[in-house]
Amino acid sequence: MTLLTIFYTVLFYFATGVFAIGLVLKIRSYARAPAPLKIATTPAPVTNTGVGLRMAREVVFFESLFKSSKWTWVFGWTFHFALLLVVLRHLRYFQETVWLPVVLIQPFGTYAGFALVAALGGLWARRWLVDRVRYISTPSDHLMLALLISIGLTGLAMRFVAHTDIVAVKVFMLGLMRFDWQPVPADPVLLVHLALVAGLMIVFPISKLLHAPGLFFSPTRNQADNAREVRHVSAWAAALDKRS
Amino acid sequence: MATAAFDTPKLKSYPVSPLVQVGAMSHLKPFVANAPIQTALGFPGELVDDWQDKAIAKMGELLGKYRSLQVYMDACVHCGACSDKCHYFLGTGDPKNMPVARQDLMRKVYRRYFTFAGKHFPRLVGAVDLTREVLDEWYSYFNQCSECRRCSVFCPYGIDTAEVTMAAREIMASVGMGQKYSNEIIGKVHRIGNNLGIPGPALENTLEGLEEDTKDDTGLDIKFPLNVKGAEVLLITPSADFFSEPHVESLIGYAKVFHAAGISWTLSSHASEAGNFGMFIGNYEQMRNISMRVREAALELGVKRIVVGECGHAWRVAYSFWNTLIGPFDYLDPRYPVPQHICEVTDDLIQRGALSFDKDANDDRIITFHDSCNVARASRMGNMPGGQFVIPRRIITSVANHFHDMAPQTIHEGTFCCGGGGGLLTDDLMELRVKGALPRVEALKNVVDDHGVNFMATICAICKAQFTKVLPYYGFNMSMVGGVHQLVSKAIRLGDK
Repeated sequence: MTLLTIFYTVLFYFATGVFAIGLVLKIRSYARAPAPLKIATTPAPVTNTGVGLRMAREVVFFESLFKSSKWTWVFGWTFHFALLLVVLRHLRYFQETVWLPVVLIQPFGTYAGFALVAALGGLWARRWLVDRVRYISTPSDHLMLALLISIGLTGLAMRFVAHTDIVAVKVFMLGLMRFDWQPVPADPVLLVHLALVAGLMIVFPISKLLHAPGLFFSPTRNQADNAREVRHVSAWAAALDKRS
Repeated sequence: MATAAFDTPKLKSYPVSPLVQVGAMSHLKPFVANAPIQTALGFPGELVDDWQDKAIAKMGELLGKYRSLQVYMDACVHCGACSDKCHYFLGTGDPKNMPVARQDLMRKVYRRYFTFAGKHFPRLVGAVDLTREVLDEWYSYFNQCSECRRCSVFCPYGIDTAEVTMAAREIMASVGMGQKYSNEIIGKVHRIGNNLGIPGPALENTLEGLEEDTKDDTGLDIKFPLNVKGAEVLLITPSADFFSEPHVESLIGYAKVFHAAGISWTLSSHASEAGNFGMFIGNYEQMRNISMRVREAALELGVKRIVVGECGHAWRVAYSFWNTLIGPFDYLDPRYPVPQHICEVTDDLIQRGALSFDKDANDDRIITFHDSCNVARASRMGNMPGGQFVIPRRIITSVANHFHDMAPQTIHEGTFCCGGGGGLLTDDLMELRVKGALPRVEALKNVVDDHGVNFMATICAICKAQFTKVLPYYGFNMSMVGGVHQLVSKAIRLGDK
């Protein structure tokens, strides 16, 4: 095995470990922190079914963002939906027998690659052009966009400019999953693409990418408006009741 | 007291987001609570020596106690959705009054002490040490948030700056940097029973005076009962309703509704305050202790229902928190929701045909309705979501002939705070209060110009006090503001039906 293969093999195990363990720890910490008071942003659904629908609208359509800013919504929603298609398209590298939905999605995933880069460009442009957004942008905000755009561009380059040996890529990926390690193809564009994706996985649990799990734990969105009907008491608040 | 001179913003005919003006409001902060005020609430009298360690420890404690804070510290992506939503930003242009930047004042400290990225790469993620400069900035800008939750409507993750502001104020009070206005008032509630500091005998006098005045007006014996055991309803109302104009007009309205419907009711000198400033300073124990007086009064007087008067954040605490803080209410009549808003009581009576009105009595008024922020975005009335918007308007249109809403993006869940909520209704913040009222006053001016509106009804003691003070800065008459039950009071038919 070459040093290169060893490096990428170790990198992907490390990245997967950080991503999975980091995310589990964060989610556990969100889940364990009590929400002592009912703070749903009203008007809010009065039933748990309603809350599920509200959450679904937030996750699928970005409802609140739509209310807020149509430009941010167009770019943000396009980026996320394109990313979903692209990720689904990539599942074929991890499956010996590729699922039918993943097969069907292949052509759409290709177009989504362009939409993804374009939408990220729009989001980045806002960080320079809107003075309020420029003010709040930190270096890490810019780096995150640079990282995502680079992943998108290297991916598109391998599809449309200089094809990489995708069969070899699949052999490498399946090898990682089966602990039967295979050489990583030495295509520089591919190596950059893979390294950046690993980087994205590593920063996920320590960065603002935590907005993804965070939304599900946001009390203003995930609580039902039933404060009068159902008494809501968290553990530490209940301890106060016992004291007095 | 004298505050530095400032210019009242110009009213624009349509909303425009201001350009960022760095530092525009950095000079403004409320008075810090002195030692007697602080120690009365169990807080240190002055900034403690090891305040930095204490503050970080407190932040850690709050992160463990409030899921909201923990998630909101992590989840923000700086998308800017909230950046043009805060009335204080719209009125001042100070970028630190953008909700995201206000949260970032805490987030950058959180990152430094509680996250891997902030501990090892502080510059990259904008993490900073909690220095004296940062603390002073906290004090200034976390006291320029009225906890109105408008930002939380528009945030894609529901991040509520009010939660962050409350946590910051709690941390600051716990190291000796409490806010004078709020903490002094909380002391009064505990010492005297209400925010205005009206002792029991004075309250009794006032209510007797009101009975006489109402008798002169109507010729009827309309009661304002105090501490009546066995009454059906305990009314918990902001103490401003006893003394302030236009608040007292609504109190007379509540009394007339109860009179006309034949409902026996009482006020309590033990719990003569609906307001709960414990929420403003983010202190759960204070909020609970202040609420507990209501439970004690209800049990002592043996009432069957608890009704809350016109007060915004008080209704939030009552509606959303009381069941948690002082429930269960199994000793009250289960046929009624607990607590019930006075507007729910009146609306229900109107819907059942139990009240009748002479709508023409309000014909001199062309009315609009200001949704109070905490009623709109942190509570409900009636059975359906959004009842808090429907019910007050249904009352107004039942008692008056002329009603026009303000622009759609400035009412309902998108309503603007009056500019004085959340513990900021103090003269030392007058510049902020005037500038923060700008978005609301602009929307008001549009209906004044288009429809000849001359009265803005609202159901919050702070809104009423704030608007009577700041509307004149914009060239409007202070008597334009009043309560919904002020309109009810004018039109209700008593005894002659």
